[in-house]
Amino acid sequence: MSAAAGARGWRARDARYRYPGGTTDVLAGADIDAGPGEMVAILGPNGAGKSTLLKLLLGVLEPTGGAAEYEGTAAARWRPVERARRIGVLPQHEEPAFPVTVGELVAMGRYPHLGPWRRPAPADRAAVASALERCRVAELAGRPFATLSGGERQRARLARALAQEPEALALDEPTASLDVAHEMEIWEILRDEAARGFAVLLTTHHLNLAARYADRLVLLDRGRVAASGTPGEVLRAEIVSRVYGWPVRVEELAEPHRPGVPQVVPLRPIETHNSLPIEELR
Amino acid sequence: MKGSRSTGARHGLALAGLGVAAVAAILLSTRYGAVGMNLAEVLAAIRGSGDPATVTIVRELRLPRAVLAALVGGALALSGAGFQALLRNPLAEPYVLGVSSGAAVGAVAWIAAGGLAIARFGLPAAALAGALLAIALVLRIGSRVDRGLDVRVLLLAGVVTGSFFTACILLLLSFQQADAFRSAVFWMMGSLAGATWGAVAFMGGVVAVGGAALVSLARPFNALAVGEETAGFLGVPVDRVRRAAYLLASGLAAGSVVVAGGIGFVGLVIPHAVRILWGGEHRFLLPAAFLAGAAFLPLADLLARLVVAPNELPLGVVTSFIGVPFFVGLLRRQARGIEA
Repeated sequence: MSAAAGARGWRARDARYRYPGGTTDVLAGADIDAGPGEMVAILGPNGAGKSTLLKLLLGVLEPTGGAAEYEGTAAARWRPVERARRIGVLPQHEEPAFPVTVGELVAMGRYPHLGPWRRPAPADRAAVASALERCRVAELAGRPFATLSGGERQRARLARALAQEPEALALDEPTASLDVAHEMEIWEILRDEAARGFAVLLTTHHLNLAARYADRLVLLDRGRVAASGTPGEVLRAEIVSRVYGWPVRVEELAEPHRPGVPQVVPLRPIETHNSLPIEELR
Repeated sequence: MKGSRSTGARHGLALAGLGVAAVAAILLSTRYGAVGMNLAEVLAAIRGSGDPATVTIVRELRLPRAVLAALVGGALALSGAGFQALLRNPLAEPYVLGVSSGAAVGAVAWIAAGGLAIARFGLPAAALAGALLAIALVLRIGSRVDRGLDVRVLLLAGVVTGSFFTACILLLLSFQQADAFRSAVFWMMGSLAGATWGAVAFMGGVVAVGGAALVSLARPFNALAVGEETAGFLGVPVDRVRRAAYLLASGLAAGSVVVAGGIGFVGLVIPHAVRILWGGEHRFLLPAAFLAGAAFLPLADLLARLVVAPNELPLGVVTSFIGVPFFVGLLRRQARGIEA
């Protein structure tokens, strides 16, 4: 826990959320920190509260208890335009109602700087061009967005968020339903942006890629933080097995720059029947 | 970026072309009618010179009608584009949220009350009151259910309100004698036959205020078109934009219904045609739809007057009869473009 991060980036303390009229907290007290230059992944089973936590940290929802802040100010207090200048967001669902080209989509990232009136200046065009380049969609700029593959679409959306020239990125399951290559491309881009000093916060189901790319993980279980810390601290077999309700084994992947990255291997029932209790598999 | 500059040039050219087309449509519509005249006579008469009878026909009858047609056509197309952006639905059109039903209730109630000849402004005033009532009612229902003005709730509120008002119209009509019934039905079919400079001034004011304000929402509309959540994360004040768009698009529709009754098709299809031909970027789409509507309706009105002269066809019938084949052609062209 980098409590020393202070007022930089995102910070939640005992954040709770209950939908109006609901009887239980979908988020029942979560702590999280994500500062500049860090990539933090929020993990957890479906319905654990990942997206809710992200929404609290983005100010879309206001916590019904506890605090969710960005840069020391309650997330919901940020003016939308000011927030958009600082945080680029990739929502989970987005379906254009009308045809739009990749270039137009990415150029929309300049909205927080231009508002409804101002004409784009050379600096705006440069920001768009740089974002297209970094996400390798510059060649697709003239193409209708609807004709892109899933991976290209996600890169184009990411380029829009980067065109905002934010200091932080928040992404809700950015690699859901992408193939290996496209998935890796997204993670690599995010890693590069974190290296440039961005705070990167994302939700994901990809435990193993999160372990390889993220600095810290926050594992949610039914609205509470089950574990939080480095990948090695969080992805332990007994924790993951309990949270996901499925037996797993954790192996170590030796990576040149990062020794001992944990990799989760879900077990087939046939393996567990023949073997020791889960705890002893570690 | 080179690509965007050439798009800008293409859009500028299209706007200029549509502007010329609108002026040409107004002049053509002014030239043709029961009394024949050539374009030089029309232009002279507009300036007030030439045969006094021609001057009167042009200045008091044909020109206000043609200009009103352009303003109504433009307002309907702009309103339709606004509703499509607001509701994120290409099937939206100016009357989808009950404005025309509200206006019709006002108009039919006025006719039913025997107010046909009492006051010159009685009928349009009653229609305007009905339209404003519908606008307020839908907004009220929509906001009550959901403070954030969920567009699905707004759509439902509009459809329900429209259905209710339609029932009211049928109820009122069922008690009418033949002549009042006929006036009411003809009013609802839409016509520009009663065009006056007063109506032009009213509609011009509606377009100047509502149209300019709606066009200023173009960039927020672009963001909304991608996704409502996304627009919010880009810093668009989504709720305020929705409310403004609803009121402005409804206001344009209400103005046009008041001066010309219900004219279908224009508000649905003109924005589509513009989108298919030149793209849907709203800073271009909104003014282009206005100009295309302004070019289209004077021509449709010209046909409505000429085809069965000296009688007139209902304008809404003409707009559909020429518009539908044209639009089907565009769709087929687009389908071929996608396959290619």
